[in-house]
Amino acid sequence: MCIECRTISKGIAIGELITSKESISFLGGVNPKTGEIIDPNHELKGKFINDKILFIPGGKGSTVGSYVIFQMKKNNVAPKAIICLNAEPIIATGAIMSDIPMVDSPSSYDKLINGIEVKVDADNGQIAIL
Amino acid sequence: MYLNKDEERMYEGEYGNTVRKSMEILVALGEIYGAENLIDITSAQISGVSYKTIGDAGLEYLEDLASDKNALAKVPSTLNPAGTDLDNWEKLGFPSEFALKQNKIVDAYGSLGISQTCTCTPYLVGNVPRFRDHVAWSESSAVAYVNSVIGAKTNREGGPGALAAAICGKTAMYGYHIEENRKATIVIEVEDKISGIDYGALGYIVGKEIGDGIPYFILKDKTQNKKKDSSTDISSISPTNNDLKSLGAALASSGAVALYHIENITPEYKIAGKKHLQNDKMFISSHDIQNACEKLTTSDSNEADLVCLGCPHASLEEIEEIANLVKGRHIKNDLWVCTSINIKAAADRMGFTKIIENAGAALVCDTCMVVSPIEELGYESIGVNSAKAANYVPSMCGLKVIYDNAENLIKFK
Repeated sequence: MCIECRTISKGIAIGELITSKESISFLGGVNPKTGEIIDPNHELKGKFINDKILFIPGGKGSTVGSYVIFQMKKNNVAPKAIICLNAEPIIATGAIMSDIPMVDSPSSYDKLINGIEVKVDADNGQIAIL
Repeated sequence: MYLNKDEERMYEGEYGNTVRKSMEILVALGEIYGAENLIDITSAQISGVSYKTIGDAGLEYLEDLASDKNALAKVPSTLNPAGTDLDNWEKLGFPSEFALKQNKIVDAYGSLGISQTCTCTPYLVGNVPRFRDHVAWSESSAVAYVNSVIGAKTNREGGPGALAAAICGKTAMYGYHIEENRKATIVIEVEDKISGIDYGALGYIVGKEIGDGIPYFILKDKTQNKKKDSSTDISSISPTNNDLKSLGAALASSGAVALYHIENITPEYKIAGKKHLQNDKMFISSHDIQNACEKLTTSDSNEADLVCLGCPHASLEEIEEIANLVKGRHIKNDLWVCTSINIKAAADRMGFTKIIENAGAALVCDTCMVVSPIEELGYESIGVNSAKAANYVPSMCGLKVIYDNAENLIKFK
């Protein structure tokens, strides 16, 4: 099955979905060396987002967060792709800086649940559930 | 979003990776904010310069971009303050590893064709757009100044977004670029005469209250708006550009104000739509201002280890005032006056630098108290005449703050 969405940062990735209903601040919220969520108040605290496809509502916090995403990519612990309900500038800019495929505004998302395998095709604005 | 043929080519990577990436950032921001197209800009001002804020990741990103020799800024562009005085870091006691990384960051920007003028007041040193120009600026206090006092149009860009705009010579058409979005949202009546640090305190109060609104100030004291007939003294003209610089910096730091209007002063006040705001009014008295000044002070002592002036970066007139104040005397506290290399060159020639140095203080270039690692230099309290600095220093540097006018902050032996 295929879900239409909007391209934010081009590229294609396949991987396991990790989802949260809470936005993430990359500055202070994620360890750029390991990919672990370290925000003590976040529901994903202690979980790792590296090599996963991250599905969150959006970003928050400091604009330096874009550079944190880039640092994660350089450290090989970045998510494979990012899906947001509504992209905001911090994550969008960070994803493009780091060549991480990113889409937002999925036409439906009730099937995008934790642990499933998806393909994000940001070149064509599509998410496929595998 | 609509892209013309050339923009398409930039987006598809025909002009190299740096241009492609920059175009992707502009398009993504445009999509997010609902822009229909891109517009040409005449100037950019780029934040994300201090090693303290962008770190190794920032340095690597910039060096990646700069390694693409096809990419050069298309419009005159300047940089925000760095984390050190780029030339005199050793003399001022900055840690050497930090300083070396800092210089690499600024060099990478230089390779991208961006002026290595590191200042938050680019409008004092040649980056001066014209009325109604579209620009992409990211330093929040400079955004407030260029939108409000000059009447050029910019959103509050993030660092990478402003850099992308500089490289493409374009930005997305949304927000403050659209005439409709530049109307005032609230009238602020200031009932008593204000001066000096009152402007910062006023900005602090209003920014906190209105967030990203657009204030329309009425400075009711009649002596504010015109020069006294009998006097040619510049201090009788109020608000001065220096006052407006302080006001905007405070509005943009306690709130997210990008644009303000002042009746009879700023260029767009007549089209700001004041008459639709009969019910949205806020009154500010000298008592409110006094309270705000007290709130910005977090130290119990009235004597600071370090006095830091020049936030936003000092103008030549402000440096002259400080020189007059300290001439022939010996200062007890450490004193930094932060400015750009351009203004310092003029201050050197005018003899102000020598006067200030002879009194035991330093004219510090390229950096400021907010973005430099002052917490590593052994100070515990800092005296500032900037509401923006007073607002940021406790959280960014962990120092106690005294907020007052320069003549009260500087103590003599």
